[in-house]
Amino acid sequence: MFDFAIIIESLPEFARGTLLSLELMALSLLAGFVVALPLAVARSSSILWLSRSVGMYTYLFRGTPMLIQLLLIYYGLSQFQWMQDGWESGNPVLLLFREPFFCAWLAFALNTTAYTTEIFAGVFKNTPVGEIEAGRAMGMTHFTLLRRIVIPAGLGRAIPTYSNEVILMLQGSAIASAVTLVDLTGAARYVYSRHFAPFEAFITAGIIYMLLTFCLVGIFRMAENHWLGHLRPRTSPDKQR
Amino acid sequence: MIQLEVQDLHKCYGKHEVLKGVSLRAESGDVISLIGSSGSGKSTFLRCINFLEHPNAGRIFVQGEELRLRPDGHGALLPEPKQLQHVRTSLAMVFQHFNLWAHMTVLQNVIEAPMSVLKLSRAEAMERAQKHLDRVGIWAQKDSYPAHLSGGQQQRVAIARALAMEPAVLLFDEPTSALDPELVGEVLKVMRQLADEGRTMVVVTHEMGFAREVANHVIFLHKGLIEEQGIPRDVLLKPTSERLQQFLSGQLK
Repeated sequence: MFDFAIIIESLPEFARGTLLSLELMALSLLAGFVVALPLAVARSSSILWLSRSVGMYTYLFRGTPMLIQLLLIYYGLSQFQWMQDGWESGNPVLLLFREPFFCAWLAFALNTTAYTTEIFAGVFKNTPVGEIEAGRAMGMTHFTLLRRIVIPAGLGRAIPTYSNEVILMLQGSAIASAVTLVDLTGAARYVYSRHFAPFEAFITAGIIYMLLTFCLVGIFRMAENHWLGHLRPRTSPDKQR
Repeated sequence: MIQLEVQDLHKCYGKHEVLKGVSLRAESGDVISLIGSSGSGKSTFLRCINFLEHPNAGRIFVQGEELRLRPDGHGALLPEPKQLQHVRTSLAMVFQHFNLWAHMTVLQNVIEAPMSVLKLSRAEAMERAQKHLDRVGIWAQKDSYPAHLSGGQQQRVAIARALAMEPAVLLFDEPTSALDPELVGEVLKVMRQLADEGRTMVVVTHEMGFAREVANHVIFLHKGLIEEQGIPRDVLLKPTSERLQQFLSGQLK
């Protein structure tokens, strides 16, 4: 029935695929976080044109499937003459678009940046007015308010929602195999086609995704305990078991 | 020395004029109580002093320095950001709802502005924090988060946070109105000590006992104008205006 020998034999493939998936995800999330932070400040700003132009970007990338974005970047752009000219003349930036890893990273990063921007902008906008007034009344500049109050308090409150985004990114990264990358899903496809054992191949990939998710949930639970201590109710003796 | 002077302050929301020319002068050590029914403009007046609200006309002097104001084209006055930030460091405010920073511990709340605004070193800020948290009796809870304290404790932290700026004037905006009755006393006690130390304070309050016993000057606001003012003994015990008589008899019920 269930052939464990195939799985054990294919473990190196699965390990390499897992590593690639994690690498892709970590690099996308890192870029997403770094870029989303200033974008979220702009998005939550009261300057209308600034907020709206960021809003256009997030609407574009949240309004279309990530797979479409990936296919457009990897296959779509090569259709243009200037892209092909760039490749021929050895333009180092344009050459990147021939790399499936780069294209997948770019699509994932653009996508997660859009979602993360909206998550952060939401929590920044929800900063209690009183806390802002307290800062202003003490002579804080707009920048100090952002740096010391709005952003740190907001990021803490964003952890539960952001953890969701990270988990969705992990699952979403499965589409990297659509552009020839052998990520975890790609490895499963490879094992399937070599041994013709679809159940073994895909259930193994599924279990690895689940284990990774389990680890992510644990990491975010620790982060919540660390940074959201101020929202936790006081532990009273009768509640402790 | 005159610590704070406000001249002829006006403020309107749309067509509704909330303040119709209110002036105030606080010398060192003065404790001025602003009283009046809700809607009289007393909180708005206080919030105009440090520009949490933008007044439409008037002049403000802090320790002799006049705030440079210019019209914004829509009827309100705009301050110069740099000067305002500087002046605000001498006008610490205590709010009705405490407005502590929820993501910081008590200690972090108190050292934050001295470090990020006054640019004190951590050691200096800690020294100030210990001094002021100690005197409001919260040092033992310095590592707690605000949400884990009672309202009275939170307000005492807010007072310590204001004191850590070592301001020229303390502005109190109904500091006991959000508190359970049994917690009001601990906050008033701290405020009374501050008054005894000779701090300059402007206090918007509903606590007639505080106004009577601690303030040396009481201002009664009614519909955006000063209806009556003077030393508490006269204003509160022998009110001349009918409105103040009505207000006080309502308070005593």
